[in-house]
Amino acid sequence: MLNLDFAFLTPQVVSSYVLKGFVFSLQLTFIAMLGGIALGTVLALMRLSSKPWLTLPAAAYVNTMRSIPLVMVILWFFLLIPLIIGRPLGAEMSAIITFTLFEAAYYSEIMRAGIQSVARGQVAAGYALGMRYGQTMRLVVLPQAFRNMLPVLLTQTIILFQDTSLVYAIGAYDLLKGFEVAGKNFNRPVETYLVAAVLYFAISFSLSMLVRKLQQRIAIIR
Amino acid sequence: MSSWDWQVFCKDTIDGEIVPRCFGGAGDVTYLDWLLSAWGWTLSVSLLALGVALVLGSIMGILRTAPHRGLVLLGNAWTELFRNIPLLVQIFLWYHVVPALIPPLRGVPSFILVVLGLGLFTSARISEQVKAGIQSLPRGQRMAGLALGFTLPQTYRHVILPMAFRIVIPPLTSESMNIVKNSAVAFAVSISELTLFALQAQEETARGIEIYLAVTGLYFITAFAINRVLHFIEQRVRVPGMIGGGR
Repeated sequence: MLNLDFAFLTPQVVSSYVLKGFVFSLQLTFIAMLGGIALGTVLALMRLSSKPWLTLPAAAYVNTMRSIPLVMVILWFFLLIPLIIGRPLGAEMSAIITFTLFEAAYYSEIMRAGIQSVARGQVAAGYALGMRYGQTMRLVVLPQAFRNMLPVLLTQTIILFQDTSLVYAIGAYDLLKGFEVAGKNFNRPVETYLVAAVLYFAISFSLSMLVRKLQQRIAIIR
Repeated sequence: MSSWDWQVFCKDTIDGEIVPRCFGGAGDVTYLDWLLSAWGWTLSVSLLALGVALVLGSIMGILRTAPHRGLVLLGNAWTELFRNIPLLVQIFLWYHVVPALIPPLRGVPSFILVVLGLGLFTSARISEQVKAGIQSLPRGQRMAGLALGFTLPQTYRHVILPMAFRIVIPPLTSESMNIVKNSAVAFAVSISELTLFALQAQEETARGIEIYLAVTGLYFITAFAINRVLHFIEQRVRVPGMIGGGR
């Protein structure tokens, strides 16, 4: 029964099947993280403003994104983007757009909590120094909010990295797909899925250990 | 892009003819029938997995607070293992790898394997919530229980858990809604649930927007219903005098 054979996974096989997918998974994670945090911060500021025409659309966007399964969001964008731009878009590009817009909803909730964790007096102090709203946010509130929320933002990024495997739904070539194709070609699916699981685990687990360390350091400094 | 065509749901899935009352008769299946049966699969996978996750997650969460190194280690290892592998990969492990390594599991239907996969994945997250709930209680509660002569299991049963479970209802509510959303990955191993319906019906009818809207709507309704049920339970079991306890 137990005749696992990993010998076919030579460096050459790994580099020709898996590496390409791994690079895409990392790319997707980083772009969606940076874009998601930027857009999420804007959404958080909108939701915390006092103007209903800013809060309502931001709240609607965030709540909608958060109540639909990510797989369905991926399918929706893959269906809608070509209709909107009028030409087909590759699965990879579609995934990058989807994840950036989807993760923005989650990052915005984190940033909202982060901004709310900054003492109210900080905003008053900014205004008292003659700063405008934008300056107060950029120079006083957001740096502290980012710092307070850094561990949570990074934890969300680890979840994002795991979720990138869902681009399976539209057939984008990511890390999991790389292993799957290798498994099919060498007729060794059991081994490749096992190695994929171990690799995902090693990456996510070590990153979450790092986040835990960081959390302790930040806690001491504060 | 042409206009709406909601009649797509009244079409027969085989010949594409529109069936008068939208529901197919004997032997005929319309897209509406298929949609509803897919919803049934989503509900079954989600609710059964939720059951598995609540039981295992509570046990593991409790073990992680026990005054015993071995048990804590077991609970921690469980949680880290199931939390750090993407759900889709875990589903593939259950579907392709587990039956290959454990021959007795070879005949098990994929539905059961998906329920186990989703349940164990979620149990790691529930164990976090349960652990946090138990640890949020004052230490004196446990000491008082033991001082009264309760054994450790009795202290958990009568003193710690009744409060801890009330505290974790709100996070459990969002985990329960997550499980409905996460059940969407079952499409990858050909469970005929909503997402697989969306993919296949979209391809067959080329009416993607109508199909996706219906599916998304059903996910909304399901998650919202679970939210209401748990909110009701939360209201019913609240303890007067505690934060959020009211009167």
